[in-house]
Amino acid sequence: MASQVISLSAIGRVTSVDEMKARMPAGGCGASSAKGQTSCGSSQGQGDMPPEVWEKVKDHPCYSEEAHHYFARMHVAVAPACNIQCNYCNRKYDCANESRPGVVSEKLTPEQAARKVVAVASEVPQLSVLGIAGPGDALANPQKTFRTFELVAEALPHIKLCLSTNGLALPDHVDTIARYNVDHVTVTLNAVDPDVGAEIYPWIFYNHRRWKGRDAAEILLERQMKGLEMLTAAGILVKVNSVMIPGINDEHLKLVNAEVKKRGAFLHNVMPLISDPAHGTHFGLTGQRGPNPAELKSLQDALDGGAKLMKHCRQCRADAVGLLGEDRGAEFTLDKIPEMPVFDPAKREAYVALVEQEREDRRKASEQAQAEVADLAGESLLVAVATKGGGRINQHFGHAREFQVYEVDARGARFVGHRRADNYCQGGYGEEDKLEEVIAALEGVAAVMVAKIGDCPKARLEEAGIEAVEDYAFDWIETSAMAWYAGKMADLNHVDARTA
Amino acid sequence: MAYKIIASQCTGCSACEFECPSSAIKEKGGIFFIDPNKCTECEGVFDSPQCASVCPVDNTCVPA
Ligand code: SF4
Ligand code: SF4
Ligand code: SF4
Repeated sequence: MASQVISLSAIGRVTSVDEMKARMPAGGCGASSAKGQTSCGSSQGQGDMPPEVWEKVKDHPCYSEEAHHYFARMHVAVAPACNIQCNYCNRKYDCANESRPGVVSEKLTPEQAARKVVAVASEVPQLSVLGIAGPGDALANPQKTFRTFELVAEALPHIKLCLSTNGLALPDHVDTIARYNVDHVTVTLNAVDPDVGAEIYPWIFYNHRRWKGRDAAEILLERQMKGLEMLTAAGILVKVNSVMIPGINDEHLKLVNAEVKKRGAFLHNVMPLISDPAHGTHFGLTGQRGPNPAELKSLQDALDGGAKLMKHCRQCRADAVGLLGEDRGAEFTLDKIPEMPVFDPAKREAYVALVEQEREDRRKASEQAQAEVADLAGESLLVAVATKGGGRINQHFGHAREFQVYEVDARGARFVGHRRADNYCQGGYGEEDKLEEVIAALEGVAAVMVAKIGDCPKARLEEAGIEAVEDYAFDWIETSAMAWYAGKMADLNHVDARTA
Repeated sequence: MAYKIIASQCTGCSACEFECPSSAIKEKGGIFFIDPNKCTECEGVFDSPQCASVCPVDNTCVPA
């Protein structure tokens, strides 16, 4: 796990790229870690967000694309019960709305959870957000959820609180949510039409009885919309998550997008259905497929300009800890944390100051690079980046379990999403079929920028039409992507000139 | 007259414990069970047994 851990110094102001290279573990693969991790995040810098919204989200790794390079979130699994059934969920595992399917989290009592948060905060100064997202529904377990918030707010007042819900119980709890100063709520909302909803939710438990079919969907959708309106009225940020289910709600999500935007959602995040018979979900067993990356991107593009899209939610597990695609959860299980952890605010303050400076430098470098590509003509290209955080290309290809994808053209480099490929290094270096999985996940990408890559995978990538680029190891992502693009365009023009 | 939980199917989600009007459901070491002396099958309180209505696994909260 060591290579997945971001130390303060690795993310901070490292002046010499060579120095960073020296720290890179030599080739090979030592990574092994718990499976199924993730993290979340969103659009570019401030963009056209209203200032009061930006102020709330700028250090939130799940909502600000920029912040998610620098700040960490954690989830605690204090909420095991759920009040509905989704066809993509098997309740043996964590809530599939908030976690990748087939994942089981360590269940905690509110007291244990608070202890864990303090332990993490004292080890990980990047920690800025605590979320409760399951393993069931945060609001189907209101006592446990709010007791946890109360304890954490007492011990660590700087931590932002957020929760996720399917929305059924939401209208009953908006006052409490406001009272506990929760500033972000995520509602998973897959339909606005009960006929569509009925294909996704077989039943709900409401008012002391089980409702099925269209009736169930009608109640649920009504409660979700009402909850959304109440949160907006109370000034609490609401993000809407939708699961894209081809053939069931893919087209319908455009309507959902318009409706949630009307009700004040500041972000609308579309996640792909992950469907596998092995997970034992209804959709898994009936062979309902998930969307491929191209379908997902085309829907996301069609929705852009609606509620702002959060392109990089990674469907965290309910007990995730860390930055980006990493999960340090395994380091902080109950048996490994002290009885009475102590939090030292000085470390955090130093880190926050460092990040301010780093963000500023990164912005300037990026502006400069943008000016250089501004007059290049050419089609836009997708570039995948292996990164551990800090906005830099700083991960070994074999250790990357997900890649950040940027679209590059004369207008600059824009984050467009991420591609997951479960760490192909896990079963031993260069394992053939795992590498094929990575290549499939990188479909449509012109180049992959990494800190380092072995010769075999490099050759195999090239065969698949993906250029592996090591030249920009440890440099800033946007700047490097633009520099690479400029080089590419220059080569092309050169070739054109010769063949013309 | 009482309900019971088929332990081998239970996910331990605790939803039933929260809904039971008779405080008949308890947990010990992650295993949930119904106290047959306390369970009223929700008679006179709700139209359907709450544990069975909320349980995510079919046929897990069943008449004993
Ligand atoms: S809301 Fe979450 S936990 Fe509940 S059934 Fe749906 S996916 Fe599963
Ligand atoms: S049937 Fe009713 S009273 Fe009996 S255990 Fe279930 S919820 Fe409790
Ligand atoms: S609701 Fe069902 S699965 Fe959940 S604890 Fe009760 S018996 Fe077990």
